[in-house]
Amino acid sequence: MIEQLLNDLVLSPAWYYTAARGLLVIVILMSIAAYSVLLERKASAWIQGRVGPNRTNHPLIAWIPLFGNVLMRGGFIQPAADGLKFLFKEDALPGHVRKTFYVLAPCVALAPALISLVMLPFGELPSGQIITLCPGADIGVLFMFAISSLGVYGIALAGWAANSKYPFLGAIRGSAQLISYELAMGLSVLTVFLATATPDQNNALSLVSMVKAQTGAWNILYHPVAALIFLICVFAEANRHPFDMPESETDLVGGFHTEYGAFKFGLFFVAEYSHMVIGSSLFILMFLGGWHILPWLPTVGTGIVATLLGLGSFFFKLAAFLFFFVWVRWTVPRFRYDQVMRIGWRVLLPIAVVNLLVYFIWYAVKG
Amino acid sequence: MAIKIVERRPLSLAEKTYLPQIIAGLKVTWDNLVKPPVTLQYPDERPVIPTGYRGVPTLVRDPHGREKCVSCQLCEFVCPPKAIRITPGEILETADNNHVEKAPKEFEINMLRCIYCGLCQEVCPEEAIWLQGQYSMTGKTREEMVNNKAKLYELGGTLPDSHYKWDKKKAEAERQQHGHH
Repeated sequence: MIEQLLNDLVLSPAWYYTAARGLLVIVILMSIAAYSVLLERKASAWIQGRVGPNRTNHPLIAWIPLFGNVLMRGGFIQPAADGLKFLFKEDALPGHVRKTFYVLAPCVALAPALISLVMLPFGELPSGQIITLCPGADIGVLFMFAISSLGVYGIALAGWAANSKYPFLGAIRGSAQLISYELAMGLSVLTVFLATATPDQNNALSLVSMVKAQTGAWNILYHPVAALIFLICVFAEANRHPFDMPESETDLVGGFHTEYGAFKFGLFFVAEYSHMVIGSSLFILMFLGGWHILPWLPTVGTGIVATLLGLGSFFFKLAAFLFFFVWVRWTVPRFRYDQVMRIGWRVLLPIAVVNLLVYFIWYAVKG
Repeated sequence: MAIKIVERRPLSLAEKTYLPQIIAGLKVTWDNLVKPPVTLQYPDERPVIPTGYRGVPTLVRDPHGREKCVSCQLCEFVCPPKAIRITPGEILETADNNHVEKAPKEFEINMLRCIYCGLCQEVCPEEAIWLQGQYSMTGKTREEMVNNKAKLYELGGTLPDSHYKWDKKKAEAERQQHGHH
């Protein structure tokens, strides 16, 4: 039996193929996360009238005549330097923490972000096949919601394991915030399901069919309220400004990761940015037409050109959305904790319910 | 007592959603984003130092190249952090400037002590010590941070002189001597 298992693992070509695809997507996500840190630093610098990181370089790259200088000025080597710094810093383990959970927490924070990637479709091959890790899954959205909200376990665990007041408060805030915003998020998405799940459609919960349903108009045009609620909730889920309750540097020092340093902090950092990437991808797939280039303009070109343009369109939208995250962060001040709770329960949730009812009645009457 | 009572209007519906304010804020930050940066790339670009800037204290020469300090030691006495140490010396009989009373043999300003107050410049009767445009002093050892006489003259250079006090004195003395004859 073991021989059979080894045989399957080593010799079955499908295994290599899947592992390679998985690695590729993880590498892409990690570099997008790393470069969104750079985007964050650069955009904040531009907004504040500064230049941002423009000194980091490597002799090999500096040697390239003009391009090397451009790379340095743009700070493109900075993420590598940051990553190396995190890797080589002393990995301190404070004496007062609960050790097992303290070490476990960063992994628990990052893992859901990586897992929910398997459902993300990026584009469409000329053969009609979807570029994704897990093709044919018909519950994409549900799976992503379920897994990505597990990310808060990492925060809660970190706050509890750190055995200190600020992380604890941050963790409590994070959990409360997630529960409050998850509801409104789910309800806002339901209206989109109503639109996609026509009676002849049997896998309406898949992200692919959702994108295909937007071949004409994008969902944001027909569901603006749902899009707005979803957008706000994505900010809250990713713990970004103005909802960065669990972190809030000014009143909670660093929130849940106060006691973390070196690579463990790096993992939290990457997890936060991965959540941003996943939230943005969800928004793009559900409201902004996925890999369609413009509303009512599903494909440009044919064959491989169309595929590449679609991929380009998806990643362009992703980059723009990540920039939007950063832009909002350096514009809007943080809400107070009670304001966050009030917005979640007394504003977003009722609006989402009413919105859902209106669309429900509309589709019921229309038939 | 002029008390101005500010009327607190209740927020309108649009304001309660925060959205118009957030959009206005986004516009403000966007406007800032497209503006050129206001910072200076320091080691590559240097700031323009205005005249009258009080940087590192230096010793200066007059346009004839004569060292102006006569080692009266007033600056040494006035210096609040005791950063200045002067070793007075005589001027050789054969020198051009032997009509001047004295000159410093060694003049040291310890830049680790100096507080850039400028009292040395104010007290100097000879206008020999000036706080000039240099604003950054760095060194790898404590000894390096002590400016000796050669360094001070190198930093100070030559400043215009409107008096030529000692030349006038010399001329006056010569004239009087001439008159006696």
